[in-house]
Amino acid sequence: MAVWVETERASGLSRRVRSSLAYVLLVISVVPILVGYAWLLIATFSYRTEGLLPKDAEGNVGGWTLANWAFVTDPLIWRVTLNSLLIALAMVVGVGLASSLAGYALSRMNFAGRRGVLSMTLILHAFPSVTLLISIFFVLQAISALPGIGDIFGYNTVGGVALVMVSLDLPLGIWLMKGFFDNISWDMERAALIDGASRFRVWWEIIMPQIRPGLAALAVFTFLTGWSAYLIPATFTIGTKVSNLPVYINYLMSETSPTNWNQIAAVGLFQMIPILVFFFFTQEKLLNIYSGGTKGGV
Amino acid sequence: MRVELRHLSKRWGNVVGVDNISLEVKDGEFVALLGPSGCGKTTTLLMIAGIYKPTSGEILFDGRVVNHIPPKDRNIGMVFQSYALYPHMTVFENIAYPLKLQKVPKEEQRRRVQHVADMMGIGHLLDRKPGQLSGGQQQRVALGRALVKDPKLLLFDEPLSNLDARLRLTMRGEIKRRQMELGITSIYVTHDQVEAMTMADRIAVIKDGKLQAYDTPDELYERPRTLFIAGFIGNPPMNLIKNVEVVVEGERYIARNEAFCLEVPAERGKKVVGQGKVILGIRPEDISLADDGEGVRGEVYVVEPLGRDDLVNVQLPGDTFVHFLADPALRLKPGMPVTLRFNTEKAQFFDPHTERSLLWQ
Ligand SMILES: Nc1ncnc2c1ncn2[C@@H]1O[C@H](COP(=O)(O)OP(=O)(O)O)[C@@H](O)[C@H]1O
Ligand SMILES: [Mg+2]
Repeated sequence: MAVWVETERASGLSRRVRSSLAYVLLVISVVPILVGYAWLLIATFSYRTEGLLPKDAEGNVGGWTLANWAFVTDPLIWRVTLNSLLIALAMVVGVGLASSLAGYALSRMNFAGRRGVLSMTLILHAFPSVTLLISIFFVLQAISALPGIGDIFGYNTVGGVALVMVSLDLPLGIWLMKGFFDNISWDMERAALIDGASRFRVWWEIIMPQIRPGLAALAVFTFLTGWSAYLIPATFTIGTKVSNLPVYINYLMSETSPTNWNQIAAVGLFQMIPILVFFFFTQEKLLNIYSGGTKGGV
Repeated sequence: MRVELRHLSKRWGNVVGVDNISLEVKDGEFVALLGPSGCGKTTTLLMIAGIYKPTSGEILFDGRVVNHIPPKDRNIGMVFQSYALYPHMTVFENIAYPLKLQKVPKEEQRRRVQHVADMMGIGHLLDRKPGQLSGGQQQRVALGRALVKDPKLLLFDEPLSNLDARLRLTMRGEIKRRQMELGITSIYVTHDQVEAMTMADRIAVIKDGKLQAYDTPDELYERPRTLFIAGFIGNPPMNLIKNVEVVVEGERYIARNEAFCLEVPAERGKKVVGQGKVILGIRPEDISLADDGEGVRGEVYVVEPLGRDDLVNVQLPGDTFVHFLADPALRLKPGMPVTLRFNTEKAQFFDPHTERSLLWQ
């Protein structure tokens, strides 16, 4: 017993040394990011910057200004923000719904071609979307030609971008959801069937509530993907009316000459604000989601 | 409700889960499906529940084939080993779920759930989530959920194996009692032969997907038809002694091998005589110490205290070992010489090749 206490004390000391070493390493590794964010914040409120120092036109320290934020009065930014939001929300709903249905079927049902679908989704997930840009363009053109639907999901529409983004994100979503469903015991489902539920009610009332944490994680991922999407919106939209925030930032870079970096920093920060607010209020829950997986409904 | 299985089989490709099982469960009867793990008990139960489709054969409820009736229309209640409670619902919602699906009015739901919960002794826990309950309480909720819709048939899949020994004993009695009170036909899957022996009216012994025997606990215990049943039923298990020959000496039937010569009652002996080398089965409780020094001589090999008795393994001459139950007060120790008396009134005999009983066909 005494021996045990002593080794415990000794290892307590070395543990303290080890954990402080870990902190030092962590601090060192996040410094570049922290400096970057500090610059972003300072730059948005200053005329120009040298390093982290805000400077005015004469090169003196100072020069604080709100001029970089003038864009918020421009209706265009709100149009673009709305587009970003629409794409992100469409992804959350589309990917969430389609992949939880497909994931459930792949996890629970035995149908012809199940293995094929599984390996195809995996291959599709590994496929870089850049290689598909041209073919997607033709598909969107074809959709554009359809009466009615073409105006919503065709080329150069927010709906079209959302549609493409959803389908590109589906393989990952389906695999994730299938994994969550795989973790739920069959017995629970059998119990519900015997209790008298239909297959659909089992899915909706018994299974879905239990993968809520997983579904939430998927929703967060897809929202972020949609919110910060650049490649697809940039390729399949022309003009700022239909583009989203990241594309708009790119447009600012090329339109203003010389590039007004401080304004771009402000728009960048503007794009980050909803995400920062969201993470600030949900960080504890998110940590649970990421680490906990499918610990059942709360 | 009367349940009948006719030539029921379930295969997945080459895997045989259940192989041609036929049996009948009478109305109100409590039947145990007993067999080692992986023998097809759960598969049989899930086919009766309608979760699995039989590969071949028929399931009949009250004489009506139900093969194509979905689980929800079979009016059964089932209790799973994992309890399978819905973790996001309260105890009340769990028990009320079958009623909710039947669109029973809210007020009646409340009344029936309360009634069942009180019967199971969990009436005060209705607002809890399953995660906040002990294993025994979860088990009661699962039982309540199975009972609430007044099912015609109750299915149990090893419902007690996740409980500690003490609670298992309590729940065993409780399930048996409820079943008797309510008179609901029940099929109870277990790998624990004590559970099957104590609870069931009849036991279906299953091995490798095949029905080995279907009989009352007493019959299985007193008249095992196969070597497998003899070894499987009874705790501690029956001693099975190989290379025993039964011969007639005048009026007397003698069972002998290199270790012993035992007189066997004539009605048993005459069925075995002339069968060559057979297997003699004798239960540990049918062997005792001979006080008069007349009997089979051997040497104590291992002593396992069971509390009330000591389970003593004795080495007989040659390489034969037998277990018997001894009074712990005798303080038997390894190496001590002992003389044993075999109660051959209870001796069983098996053909070593067919593994069938030579006494009971
Ligand atoms: N869904 C399934 N697919 C393939 N084989 C299965 C399936 N379910 C059970 N089996 C096989 O059938 C046999 C019987 O299983 P089971 O009924 O669960 O046994 P028990 O309940 O008696 O332990 C086992 O060999 C098992 O591997
Ligand atoms: Mg089983």
